[in-house]
Amino acid sequence: MLSARVIPCLDVKDGRVVKGINFVDLIDAGDPVEQAKLYDAEGADELTFLDITASSDNRDTLLDVVSGTAEHCFMPLTVGGGVRKEADIIALLRAGADKVSINTEAVRRPEFVKEAAEKFGSQCIVVAIDAKRNGSGKLEVFTHGGRESTGLDAIRWAEQMVEYGAGELLVTSMDRDGTRKGFDIELISRISNRVSVPVIASGGVGSLEHFAQGVLDGGATGVLAASVFHFGEFSIAEVKKDMASRGVKVRS
Amino acid sequence: MIENFFGILKEMNVLIVDYGMGNIGSVRRVIEERGATPIITQYPEDIKKANKIILPGVGAFPDGMFSLNKTGWVDVLRKAILEDGKSIFGICLGMQLLATVSYEGHKTSGLDLIGGVVEPLKANAPDVRIPHVGWNEIEFHRNDPLIEGVAQGTDCYFVHSYHFIPKEDEYIVATTPYCGQFVSIVRKESVYGAQFHPEKSSKAGLRIIENYLKI
Repeated sequence: MLSARVIPCLDVKDGRVVKGINFVDLIDAGDPVEQAKLYDAEGADELTFLDITASSDNRDTLLDVVSGTAEHCFMPLTVGGGVRKEADIIALLRAGADKVSINTEAVRRPEFVKEAAEKFGSQCIVVAIDAKRNGSGKLEVFTHGGRESTGLDAIRWAEQMVEYGAGELLVTSMDRDGTRKGFDIELISRISNRVSVPVIASGGVGSLEHFAQGVLDGGATGVLAASVFHFGEFSIAEVKKDMASRGVKVRS
Repeated sequence: MIENFFGILKEMNVLIVDYGMGNIGSVRRVIEERGATPIITQYPEDIKKANKIILPGVGAFPDGMFSLNKTGWVDVLRKAILEDGKSIFGICLGMQLLATVSYEGHKTSGLDLIGGVVEPLKANAPDVRIPHVGWNEIEFHRNDPLIEGVAQGTDCYFVHSYHFIPKEDEYIVATTPYCGQFVSIVRKESVYGAQFHPEKSSKAGLRIIENYLKI
């Protein structure tokens, strides 16, 4: 049986790990390669790097982080943030990424996802969807770290991205991110019920049982969190033990 | 014993075929980590520098074959294996490229080093998701030096939408229980393939690559 994946996420800015509450008020706390090594040793199933500055001037710092991590960690790496063209994907894969995640550029030019999936295979193209409830209560896609609305319905957008070749969806609730209230199960389950590709739940973890809820109630095949791991609140091993105790298969 | 072993491997060159498809760096690192010398190359004439060849790969089968054909690797690899007795280890797409033919996108001929076809995974239940992404068991069908020291049912890391169906059951070393069951390790004589990524599969994966270097 396929194991549910526990995925620590490292938000990286200018080559350093940061984590914000609702994507503002960033706190700097660490060297990403050291963090990655720690997570690897703890049994993380995969690592995700999100470059949250993604200004093109500092692209190389991210590549250094990815290649530095790949030097030491023999585990899957997904990298996102500022992936806008084919050359970005090639550079990240060459640096040691296994998958790339595309967010803003997918909204700006959906054909990019199609082209990337054709060129690199769906299995290495993740589409990141940042969703939050808009004024009328609908789940809407936002970009730029939750600052810009797109008018796109999050569920329909998820379906469209899978049609275009996305091999996995990373679904983040911008309402829940940093709140510690747990995943937005409605968002995750509505999307996972409508698509056939793996869905990673993200945004809002604050207690151990939230992880299993993402899988059991949300239908996610992976659960992603940043700050609870980053600040050492839970270890990967604790999370997996809790998930297993609730009947979720995890890799020991 | 270990020191001797690493001493031997230090003299060993391992060719990593760089045909523009995917994550070469991780494979290189594992080879280094296990004490051998990786030679990453785009040039088929480098084939003379090593007796062991790793064919990595991420991406679509037609693109992979197009690239191998364009750069002149196809004939060189076939000759090295079939006539000169060299060994090759295909990983993920690299394993699929060993097959006779693939139906990814359209029908494309492969390297035909192990008879078989590549077909899409098909979900056998509503909650089975494709691509197959994540850690799943490898279940051994027979002993092989490649899997020495790896426990039956160990989880390895997969990320793929297609799978290799060998022509003969005797080529099957391991299968994985997903979409029913698919073949996750193949071997025919000196030709090996793994559908998962040993270079991403933690200790078990490192052991498999180390085993390959020792064979």
